[in-house]
Amino acid sequence: MTRALRRRLAAFLHRHAGVRLSLLLSAPMLWLGVAYLGALAALFLSALWSTDTFTGDLVKEVTWANFQELLTAEVYRTITLRSVGVAAAVTLIDLVIAFPMAFAMAKLASPRAQRWLVIAVLTPLWASYLVKAYAWRVLLSSDGVLGWGYGLTATVITLSYLWLPYMILPIYAGLERLPNSLLEAAGDLGARGWRTFRTVVWPLAFPAVIAGSIFTFSLSLGDYITVKIVGGRSQLIGNVVYDNIGAAGNLPFAAAVATVPVVIMLVYLAAVRRTGALENL
Amino acid sequence: MNLSRTARATLWAALAGGLAVIYVPLLVVLLNSFNADRTFGWPPTGFTLRWWAAAWNSTGVRDALWTSVQAGLGATAIALVLGTMVAFAVQRYSFFGRDAVSLLIILPIALPGIVTGIALNNAFRTVLEPFGVGLGMFTVVVGHATFCVVTVYNNVLARLRRLGASVEEASADLGADAFTTFRLVTFPMMRSALLAGGLLAFALSFDEIIVTTFTAGAGVKTLPLWIFENLFRPNQAPVVNVVAAALIVLSVVPIYLAQRLSGGGASAR
Repeated sequence: MTRALRRRLAAFLHRHAGVRLSLLLSAPMLWLGVAYLGALAALFLSALWSTDTFTGDLVKEVTWANFQELLTAEVYRTITLRSVGVAAAVTLIDLVIAFPMAFAMAKLASPRAQRWLVIAVLTPLWASYLVKAYAWRVLLSSDGVLGWGYGLTATVITLSYLWLPYMILPIYAGLERLPNSLLEAAGDLGARGWRTFRTVVWPLAFPAVIAGSIFTFSLSLGDYITVKIVGGRSQLIGNVVYDNIGAAGNLPFAAAVATVPVVIMLVYLAAVRRTGALENL
Repeated sequence: MNLSRTARATLWAALAGGLAVIYVPLLVVLLNSFNADRTFGWPPTGFTLRWWAAAWNSTGVRDALWTSVQAGLGATAIALVLGTMVAFAVQRYSFFGRDAVSLLIILPIALPGIVTGIALNNAFRTVLEPFGVGLGMFTVVVGHATFCVVTVYNNVLARLRRLGASVEEASADLGADAFTTFRLVTFPMMRSALLAGGLLAFALSFDEIIVTTFTAGAGVKTLPLWIFENLFRPNQAPVVNVVAAALIVLSVVPIYLAQRLSGGGASAR
């Protein structure tokens, strides 16, 4: 580019904010807005198609059969309920473990210790997901350290372990923002530990708890790898999607099943929006 | 706060217990990588470096590692460009649909991985295959870049918010054109944010398995895919365990770098 041309281009860009903005947004929007959203839309549209039972070819005619089967077949209802149950159990376990930890970090530890504790909680986030699931496969195997065996319980334990830092960090951040003076005021007014917790700490930390639960809930809901590693023969929604796209080659049905966790998460997000948790993410 | 002595002790114990739960499984993997027993009988009967040597010499591991590094670098490069562009657009301009744009950036990691995975798989096969482009390294990089943009975006956005535009205006007042200002003023101030965002993007890509499963095709095997494939083969167990142990040790590196770059702070994914 010659000097004069460059100057004219720079001057042009300087005068036209709209052009600058369009240039900045062009590539990202083509990628995420057109290609990615397009792929998602195509996927969910294909949920309304079906496959030919003999040839396995796509039949591109709109039908609600996939969703009908999803809603009426006993097995899919069971798997959906099981997946939601697992996600809820994981969220609850993580909350029970994470809250006291986060509270001790935010309110009992010295500022210096706080820094180190945050690093200690953050470090395992960088360890590979597979490695952590694998660690529990080794621990739980029948001749391992714990030797409890595989199954749904093992899945819940492993998922709770995997997503625990995602619960600790938002709650820690929420509790750290909570002024100590409020806790002291509650104490001065005669409230003991438990009462302070119930009437002051919990209500103020609630949005942070919800923020953490969004992570633990949605990450558990979409998971199918951990179930394969420690779940024995148990199946969750993710496995149904995976099996339908892989072995069965039934993309329309897989797409229909894949809408289930998305819809559940959207309902969950809509339900918690009023708590102000989404600004805490 | 008037917490009773018991309450304090209980909270400290909960913290210590929680940290133990976080670290003990990882320690067991580390110890097992030296366990002489092929099936990891517990407690270990003897210690050996045999498995580390076996893993070092395994071509499968080496190839997978190299594939993962390539995919990670490709995805990070794309994420750095796209993430920076969106962050500038969102932070420096106000326009219709700005909130929708920032939501769109988060969407690929907010949706379950399997949804993004099969959506991309379906799109690649319908759009690219007629042109003779099959699933492979290219599609893996595209898939990874899609969910890596958010890490760069978050870091650059936070940096731009803190900087404000006054320094750039000063540069313009002193006669520098847009390109010179970017090269001499804006970019140097963003460098550490780009590094932190890029590091996170690389780590995210390096660890990813679900989207990779659906975009890799037959020929490409990243390290997570290799681990998952060999996880269920009893005779590969010791080598898998060594790879896991090595990854645990390596995971300290980004934490160290991130600490040095950001000077602390919980910049999680």
